[in-house]
Amino acid sequence: MEELLSTFVRSIFVENMIFAYYLGMCSYLAVSKNVKTALGLGMAVTFVLFCTLPINYMLENYVLKEGALSWLGDQYATVDLSFLSLIIFIAIIASFVQLVEMIVEKFAPALYSSLGIFLPLIAVNCAILGGSLFMQQKEFANVGVATVYGLGSGIGWLLAIVGIAAIREKLAYSDIPKPLKGLGITFIIAGLMGIGFMCFSGLNI
Amino acid sequence: MGLLSNKNKEVLASPLSKNNPVIVQMLGICSALAVTSKLEPSIVMGLSVVGVVAFANVIISLLRNTIPNRIRIIVQLVVVAALVTIVSEVLKAFAYDVNKQLSVFVGLIITNCILMGRLEAFALGNGPWESFLDGIGNGAGYAIILVIVGFFRELLGSGTLLGIQVIPDIFYEWGYVNNGLMILPPMALIVVAVIIWVHRSRNRELQEN
Repeated sequence: MEELLSTFVRSIFVENMIFAYYLGMCSYLAVSKNVKTALGLGMAVTFVLFCTLPINYMLENYVLKEGALSWLGDQYATVDLSFLSLIIFIAIIASFVQLVEMIVEKFAPALYSSLGIFLPLIAVNCAILGGSLFMQQKEFANVGVATVYGLGSGIGWLLAIVGIAAIREKLAYSDIPKPLKGLGITFIIAGLMGIGFMCFSGLNI
Repeated sequence: MGLLSNKNKEVLASPLSKNNPVIVQMLGICSALAVTSKLEPSIVMGLSVVGVVAFANVIISLLRNTIPNRIRIIVQLVVVAALVTIVSEVLKAFAYDVNKQLSVFVGLIITNCILMGRLEAFALGNGPWESFLDGIGNGAGYAIILVIVGFFRELLGSGTLLGIQVIPDIFYEWGYVNNGLMILPPMALIVVAVIIWVHRSRNRELQEN
């Protein structure tokens, strides 16, 4: 239980996908123009992370890792399929994104049209593949921890994108040097938010 | 049509500055920021992306008339994932230390938006040779930004370039101190912001209102 809680808090604040690893930066910068859209995208990302991490964890530990196939019998104990992990992970993620896209289209058509191209592009949101790859690197103890890690990373991403969207809405009224307008100032704000989030680093729970 | 007609030269050269994938099209930012705390991984990452974009563009361009529209994203991902797997295995074999430093970011080339962006925007509508040039151009535009950011972050952050000390000891004796903040993640964003600032001051037509 303690491990679950600490993984959860760490993945939201200390190892925030955006500020510690810059994952999912492209859609973070492109879709953060207003809070409502940002919230919708954030929730979609959280959902996909939450669903794909346990599946990829199972695949990694029961199919792909060296010796993972030993449950099939002794002759499979030495099989190492880890070179396939990238392709398998991305296939799982792409199919889940397809699913989310269909759900959102059916139940929230307004959100669907405002997210536009960025909904299918969740498949190539680095935060999601990154979640699976970090899961592989960190070697979590069980599937519960992996799920919590996925949920936490998603919430961390959601917080970050909603935060910057709120700042950018106010930014429309400020006087910014011309060449910095738009993209430039957004980078600087993201950098400053990152420095803010750094105060969580070294936090032990 | 020669191998390098004017149009093809344009395809090759415009991503280097006017239509740069990172600072103008806003693609592939994640990895541009994450691997640039040192110059060497920046160069390796840049080269890997050039290779992957160029060949993925060629493959998709060859297949473009046979891929059904509805499943094209999955087909693109599979092609890219296969190429990235090759790059990742090559790096593991020949540049193990750099591969360790890049950690998950080699795998994340798959989700580098430059790839999907170029495949969607260019390779699906153009022949293999143009697509190849487009891939090289965009990969190089990406690599240039990576190298610039890596250069400044390593120089100011640790006083070295490619691991060799370049700031003479006498500077340190006079009281010069490395700026440790440059190594940390947030400064990458600010360095890129400065690049955008300089670039847009020189190219006024890119400024936003």
